[in-house]
Amino acid sequence: MAVQEQDSAGAPARASLVNDPKVRSLFYQVILVAGLVALGYFIVTNTIANLERQNIASGWGFLENTAGFGIIQSLIPYAETSTYGTAIMVGFFNTLMVAVVGIFFATIIGFVVGIARLSNNWVISKLAYWYVELIRNVPLLLQIFFWYFAVLRAVPGKRDKWSFGFDTFHLNITGLYGPKPIWETGSAFIVYAFILAIVLSVVIAKWAKKRQDATGQQFPVFLTAIGLIVGLPVITYFVTGMPVYLEHPNYVEKGPILRRGFELGVGAKLIPEFLALTAALAIYTAAFIAEIVRAGIQAVSHGQTEAARALGIRNGPTLRLVIIPQAMRVIIPPLTSQYLNLTKNSSLAVAIAFPDLVSVGGTVLNQTGQAIEIIAIWMAVYLSLSLITSAFMNWYNQRMALVER
Amino acid sequence: MTTRLKRVIGETALVIGALTFACTAQATTLEKVKHSGFFTCGVSQGNPGFSNPDNEGNWSGFDVDYCRAVAAAVLGEASAVKFRPLASPERFTALQSGEIDILSRTTTWTMSRDTSLGANFAGVMYYDGQAMMVRKELGITSALELAGASVCTATGTTTELNIADFFRVNNMPYEVVAFEKNDEVTQAYDAGRCDVYTIDASGLHANRLKLTNPGDHMILPEIISKEPLGPVVRQGDDQWLNIAKWTLFALVNAEELGITQANVEDMKGSDNPEVKRFLGVEGAYGEALGLDTGWAARLIAAVGNYGEVFDRNLGPQTPLGIERGLNALWSNGGIQYAPPVR
Repeated sequence: MAVQEQDSAGAPARASLVNDPKVRSLFYQVILVAGLVALGYFIVTNTIANLERQNIASGWGFLENTAGFGIIQSLIPYAETSTYGTAIMVGFFNTLMVAVVGIFFATIIGFVVGIARLSNNWVISKLAYWYVELIRNVPLLLQIFFWYFAVLRAVPGKRDKWSFGFDTFHLNITGLYGPKPIWETGSAFIVYAFILAIVLSVVIAKWAKKRQDATGQQFPVFLTAIGLIVGLPVITYFVTGMPVYLEHPNYVEKGPILRRGFELGVGAKLIPEFLALTAALAIYTAAFIAEIVRAGIQAVSHGQTEAARALGIRNGPTLRLVIIPQAMRVIIPPLTSQYLNLTKNSSLAVAIAFPDLVSVGGTVLNQTGQAIEIIAIWMAVYLSLSLITSAFMNWYNQRMALVER
Repeated sequence: MTTRLKRVIGETALVIGALTFACTAQATTLEKVKHSGFFTCGVSQGNPGFSNPDNEGNWSGFDVDYCRAVAAAVLGEASAVKFRPLASPERFTALQSGEIDILSRTTTWTMSRDTSLGANFAGVMYYDGQAMMVRKELGITSALELAGASVCTATGTTTELNIADFFRVNNMPYEVVAFEKNDEVTQAYDAGRCDVYTIDASGLHANRLKLTNPGDHMILPEIISKEPLGPVVRQGDDQWLNIAKWTLFALVNAEELGITQANVEDMKGSDNPEVKRFLGVEGAYGEALGLDTGWAARLIAAVGNYGEVFDRNLGPQTPLGIERGLNALWSNGGIQYAPPVR
């Protein structure tokens, strides 16, 4: 067979174009693409024609109009006089904040619980087991409601507070309050110092690896990096004359009853909606991550541990240099899916009044009636967030992948 | 999770419907409705007094009775109507796409909705206004004392805009916590998350009953917005708009003429020419509407006049206990007023 095929490949095809497999497949693909383009064109033009005929406004002009409604939490400057476009950006950054903070805590809790499930200690491994079974089998929306209303019912009222951390942090039903750094002129240098410290740490790490490869000598990279990243900005802070100060929340005890409690807009504040949503998302996703971590670690054969022990490597380095790098290859692809899930699940925020992209977008939709545009924005944002996350995780996965020699 | 998923799917389906359905709907709404033998009315997902399903799925309420009245006038049967519960953000899409024929869902008549959404308002069924509820223990008597308040409300309505306007005009700081559904607003307010609960006055009356101690809360006297609520139809079908409009006028006119569900048959023998025209004894006003002469008599027999519908669903004898106020007839100090039948 193989010989025959080589022969026919060598001789030019004499068959007619209709029977040429290449031409045929090309023909069908062209037809398919043309059909898809025509369908897309039909849908778009038909939509525009229908919208025009029914006198429904369309287009992106509404983004320039004044929004007129308030948003409780914003990472960028926003007031009622801002535009719809700005309002949607506020929602976008709030979604981003929930996703980043949620992923951070979900990863930590997930890894701890995942490793705890493999613990030799019966109590710890059972606790981790029940955590996973309980959390991942209760619908997320219920958990969000649970955390939100549990938090609301448990903490002190608006004109009361719990203080902790040497009276620096305060908690009541309107949120978690803390000092807010105020950046004055010259404080930019601290940021530069921070960036410089990170760059230096990376350079040192590369140099240390090269040196270890060449000479076998080790260098305390981790401690040096910590020292640089903390030390350099602190030194800059004092050198530039302490341009950052802390604004503490202002707790008012006298005056009109509604003005008592924490003054609006003074100090840093995390609203209970954010706390509940992030907690629920992190705890829920962590249950899945824990299982992924456990699976990853168990996928590394026990022989690897025994081999490392036989070479005289201590327990810590065994886990860090032998087990985890191999487990990571199994962990990362499903972990990416969990990160994507968390980001998308953050759209449940609207149920408990956290102003995320869906919540703010819904308000804009209702005020302007431009459903198609808003839904297009929602889809585009979640799609790009997901694509960016998976691009990053794929890059990380490639770095961790087994290098076969 | 699943309800949310269902909603997202529903909304997407509606949008797709908006894209494709409109090109096939050539027949007039009246023809379509007569052909199929029923019509579809968009109502809320549960708003006591206005549109609320009971345990067996039977709908009742002020907005629901309007739909029944239209069904009785057009199809002769008050039951020839299908109710489609809709969330606030999806209601106009449902109307535009032909999913529903009339939207009767405490919808505020505003300029932008009337002009840019492909919709027409048939009139004002209920004159509402946004009000605010606070705890009595705060000792507040006026909305102008609310500086520094945190305010709970629901998204997807004009309430967020009104509350922002009110606090801005009076130069008072505030923060707004906006939930997707009224149930969560009620729970969060009950838990003490906010000092103020604001939605339309009618809704406040209804939701106050769901609080742990309804007696501990009071509704402030200020009405901070005009919320004329009324039924909505698609733009571009004037005949159907006329039917929606005159069903509403018929309810109000019947109250003014003293025609009730109980006496509608006897009133046909009345000497009053206005009553005769209204009930189709004289003239052919119903036929000009695309219906028959008995249209008004049928709808009054089915649901009663405006006053009866109000008293049955919202009035002082119901749990909501709302006074007629602005919604009294113009002859009784209110502003409900309908053009005459002649």
